[in-house]
Amino acid sequence: MSATTEPQRPPVAGTELPPGGERPSAPARTGRRRRRRRTSVLLQAAMALMVLYTLLPLYWLAVNSTKTNGELFTSNGLWFGSEFALWDNIVTTVTYQDGIYLTWLFNTALYSITGAVGATLICALGGYALAKFDFPGKRAVRAVVFGAITIPATALAIPTFLLFAEIGITDTRMAIIIPALVSPFGLYLMTVYAADSVPDSLLEAARIDGAGAWTTFWRVAFRLLAPGVATVLLFNLVHTWNNYFLPLIMLSDPTLYPLTVGLNQLNNQVTTGANLEPVYNVVLTGSLLAIVPLIVSFLFLQRYWQSGLAAGSVKQ
Amino acid sequence: MSTAPPAVVRRPPRRRRRDWTGLVFVAPFLVVFTIGIVAPLVYASGLSLFRDQLIGGRSFVGLGNYADALTDARFLEGLSRVALFLGVQVPIMIGLALLAALILDSGRVRGMRFMRIGIFMPYAVPSVVAALMWGFIYGDRFGLVAQFNEATGLALPSPLSSTWVLAAIGNVVTWEFVGYNMLILYAALRAVPEELYEAAAIDGAGEARVALSIKIPALRPALWVATLFSIIGSFQLFNEPNVLQSLAPAAISTYFTPNMYAYQLAFNANQVTYSAAVAVLLGGITVVVAYVAQRLTERGNRK
Repeated sequence: MSATTEPQRPPVAGTELPPGGERPSAPARTGRRRRRRRTSVLLQAAMALMVLYTLLPLYWLAVNSTKTNGELFTSNGLWFGSEFALWDNIVTTVTYQDGIYLTWLFNTALYSITGAVGATLICALGGYALAKFDFPGKRAVRAVVFGAITIPATALAIPTFLLFAEIGITDTRMAIIIPALVSPFGLYLMTVYAADSVPDSLLEAARIDGAGAWTTFWRVAFRLLAPGVATVLLFNLVHTWNNYFLPLIMLSDPTLYPLTVGLNQLNNQVTTGANLEPVYNVVLTGSLLAIVPLIVSFLFLQRYWQSGLAAGSVKQ
Repeated sequence: MSTAPPAVVRRPPRRRRRDWTGLVFVAPFLVVFTIGIVAPLVYASGLSLFRDQLIGGRSFVGLGNYADALTDARFLEGLSRVALFLGVQVPIMIGLALLAALILDSGRVRGMRFMRIGIFMPYAVPSVVAALMWGFIYGDRFGLVAQFNEATGLALPSPLSSTWVLAAIGNVVTWEFVGYNMLILYAALRAVPEELYEAAAIDGAGEARVALSIKIPALRPALWVATLFSIIGSFQLFNEPNVLQSLAPAAISTYFTPNMYAYQLAFNANQVTYSAAVAVLLGGITVVVAYVAQRLTERGNRK
């Protein structure tokens, strides 16, 4: 989308300026909350409805993970059954079919962490270079890579499968990790972030002090890039953790599956009743356990990703 | 002795020397970009020009596969379905996100932090889990819809019937992404300079007027970004219908969306080269629609 024009701000966070406007000049102001106004019953009610809509299914999942298979059918879906079987369900889930669930959990963590950490480092290096260095071919690189942002990951899945099948690396861990390392959008965010948050004068000073480019990056720039790095890392992590289409295509060995593919496999067994006892409790509890790590990391890292979403619009 | 001024003065300010250092820093990205994006696209595009025959093996057919796809009733049906989805679901989702962002920014509700996180939370849920969960809620086995019907004696239609299943999928997608879009819009609102509000207050503008004349225009670029990603998402729809398919096999065909069709062709129908053509064509259509939509907004902005 931005193949020709040089983007100034990350599109996330709507950090673009108001049409024709100058960038807000006073850095201190943007973080401040505006004057508190009287609460409005109507607006409060509207927001309460929205929160109810988004949290009700999660509540439903949590409540129903505490029920035995039998009581799922007989008890009220919005309230607990007579027996509180959450712990039993968790034990059943992690021991089901020799602990295949834990294998899937391990795979998901492995794919997400290697993919996201790798992608984020690669984007930080590249974004810094695109923002702060002048080198032959720079304009071409920017144009091609930023143009690639609009290519949806899903559209790449089948072509990637076909290529990897030709090379012979489908059904391996690398087939999931290599595509996870590529994040044109992350590179774009890091470029914008580096342009904003790493002052040229500081780099110049480091150079005069005799620091090489590599040292300057790690000792000076990388620290300044930290909030941007945290955001890109978190969103890459979510992307790989939640990925389904690519591993569904690439993998046929169930011990390589991530949680998403494994859970749906289990669900298919349940719904089609294929010669196994229907383990609704395993599907439900497994789903609940699959989202807990991400929800916890979002809650813990709130400060980072919420300010990171506004990256570029807020001058630190 | 007195010929040239000192070199320091001659050097243009802030211009770094043009050398290869930067390229070394970008090199890792270029490597993974080539392996992960360029090479698959080139390979699949090449493959899409061939056709496998039982007798005679793989033969070159030029754009034959593309011509077939453009007259393939299944591909076109999926395409028009996602277009309908795009036309209905995206405006609803962006509208809700906009409303929520404006309410948060108005500062007139209590428990802002909780609401912000609460509405955003579904974004952290994998789409597979979201579809599984909603599938159970929709379902007649122990789902809420069935329990509601039983308790009230009403007969609400099943969300998994062929009439309603597209709307039911739209609900899952809206649920997943409304909070993410809300945060993008909210962050953009926080960046509106305070002076604009002060000026409006001096002019005696009411809150509705401020929302219409200051906030929404300032949001236009962020709205565009949110819409762009939603358009891309609609055309690429796969995970939710694929997961719900086992619950509603009669309502969700194997060619329900173009991506499902491409998947079906490659993995069940064994038409790999045709599948490559469908995938490349769909990716191309997505990029073109996104580009056209962007041009339209740009023209709107210039007026």
